[in-house]
Amino acid sequence: MPIIEARGLSRTFKTRGGTVEAVRGVDLTVEPGEIVGFLGPNGAGKTTTLRMLTTLLKPTAGTATVTGVDLLGDPSAVRAKIGYVSQAGGADPASKVEEELVLQAQLYRIPTPEARKSAATLMEQLELTGLEQRASKTLSGGQRRRLDVALGLVHAPSLVFLDEPSTGLDPQSRSNLWDHIRRIRDGLGTTIFLTTHYLDEADALCDRILVIDHGVIVAEGTPEELKRRISGDVVTIGVGGATEKAAELFAGHLGVRDVGAVDHTIRLTVEHGDEALVGLMRVLDGAGVPIESIQLARPTLDDVFLTLTGRSLREDS
Amino acid sequence: MNFFRDTLLIFMRQMRLSLRNPAWVVIGLIQPVLYLAFFGPLLKRVAGSGLPGFSGGNSYKFFVPGLLVQLGLFGAAFVGFAIIADLRAGVIERMRVTPVSRLALMLGRVLRDVVVLVVQAAVLVLAGVAAGLRAPLPGILISFGFVAVLAASLASISYTAGLLLKSEDALAPMLNMVMVPLMLLSGIMLPMALAPAWLNGVSRATPFRYIIDAMRDAFQGHYTTTVMLEGVLVAAALTAVCLFFGARAFQRENA
Repeated sequence: MPIIEARGLSRTFKTRGGTVEAVRGVDLTVEPGEIVGFLGPNGAGKTTTLRMLTTLLKPTAGTATVTGVDLLGDPSAVRAKIGYVSQAGGADPASKVEEELVLQAQLYRIPTPEARKSAATLMEQLELTGLEQRASKTLSGGQRRRLDVALGLVHAPSLVFLDEPSTGLDPQSRSNLWDHIRRIRDGLGTTIFLTTHYLDEADALCDRILVIDHGVIVAEGTPEELKRRISGDVVTIGVGGATEKAAELFAGHLGVRDVGAVDHTIRLTVEHGDEALVGLMRVLDGAGVPIESIQLARPTLDDVFLTLTGRSLREDS
Repeated sequence: MNFFRDTLLIFMRQMRLSLRNPAWVVIGLIQPVLYLAFFGPLLKRVAGSGLPGFSGGNSYKFFVPGLLVQLGLFGAAFVGFAIIADLRAGVIERMRVTPVSRLALMLGRVLRDVVVLVVQAAVLVLAGVAAGLRAPLPGILISFGFVAVLAASLASISYTAGLLLKSEDALAPMLNMVMVPLMLLSGIMLPMALAPAWLNGVSRATPFRYIIDAMRDAFQGHYTTTVMLEGVLVAAALTAVCLFFGARAFQRENA
């Protein structure tokens, strides 16, 4: 049974300028144990969708079940079963690491002794040991973010929502955070649903990606699938003066979608470039065309996003 | 039972934070103590001159209740700034997504504000005694009761304003706009009995006027007057209204 199933989830906001349709009919399904990335530029509707799925915002239309519970029918049962880490974090700057974790567990109605135990386990898991008595405002960016994540995990939820988890972190802290998120999923089987506007984050961390733009989901799949489906791989082969002959050879060749010649190189768009490479070389070899160089480029998610929406993600971020 | 535990948990957390930074509790007392020291002596001769509203005798019986209300107006009424900081840090959101009672999120905070204000009031009354206040103990204790409901009302309404406005830049002018006229109209410095009829009438339309008058009666040892009854009723109504709006603000978006 899916852990999240949403149908036609929508939210409109009334502003002075009129009605804004922030989310326009989102359908999504998440299976237990997945790390799913919700990818889109700022203002695409990521956070609004997340706030609806976490009971913080009432949908104006649509239905959803989260952890098997009807989102609209029993929001407090949903709240008890999910974890949520907002973009702002959630740790009070003046409070100490340990007391924040214990309090959060207590707010989940966990008896105090177990709350302490849960806090201690999480501090160990997320490398916060030794910082128990430190005020959260004195932590480094990475430590602070790990505390925020820990606050979302104190009650061992089967599903946790992370809103832009690595925003503002330096590259090292980011990849460290990714390791932790992966380890939580691998160790506890926690389903993780995160929003991001970083392609590298979606690519490196997520099993599956939902691309959202202007309030609707425009594509979904594994990072590999998305890249393959949308752009194909680009193979560039240096063939000296024989570009015309090579172009003829490849036209209509199985799996080759597009052929172009630039200077002394030939540029092919192929599906499954890594598998096709050997075959392509054999074709040239058999026809006596010399191969000077060969290069295989996988498309990035940025290419994917550009193809899907006509905009680059970076422009928005 | 969960509701009481939730309220207690939030109260304890807020108390811990206040105790970690007790400087604010002291700073909040500086203004009324300065009034007590530098304005109180001026009232001695005014009170002795037989003007209406002073009930003769000890001018501090008149002045200290006013300062207690002022303490609330400039202390508890400004707690809304803290809720904006909490909103910004994501603390409110983080707690709202737990099963915790949202009413407890407010009441825990309000209780802390009540405790802080009553402690400040006790210190202020002691300072008043040092300055020359002589009032009966039951009367002082009754006035602490008024201080407590005053703190609960002002804190709730301040949290409501903070949650709705979400910006310090908007909250500060709004509080000043509301608090300064309320303070002037309540007769903190001089008795409203001196006021011309129109001003006295306007004053009767504001809640703190009744609370101050009742506290002054309490300090005189008059516990069963109409003024006292009016004060109690107004205080109860004010608390109910403010808590209602506060609860609504904290429960918003209860999807």
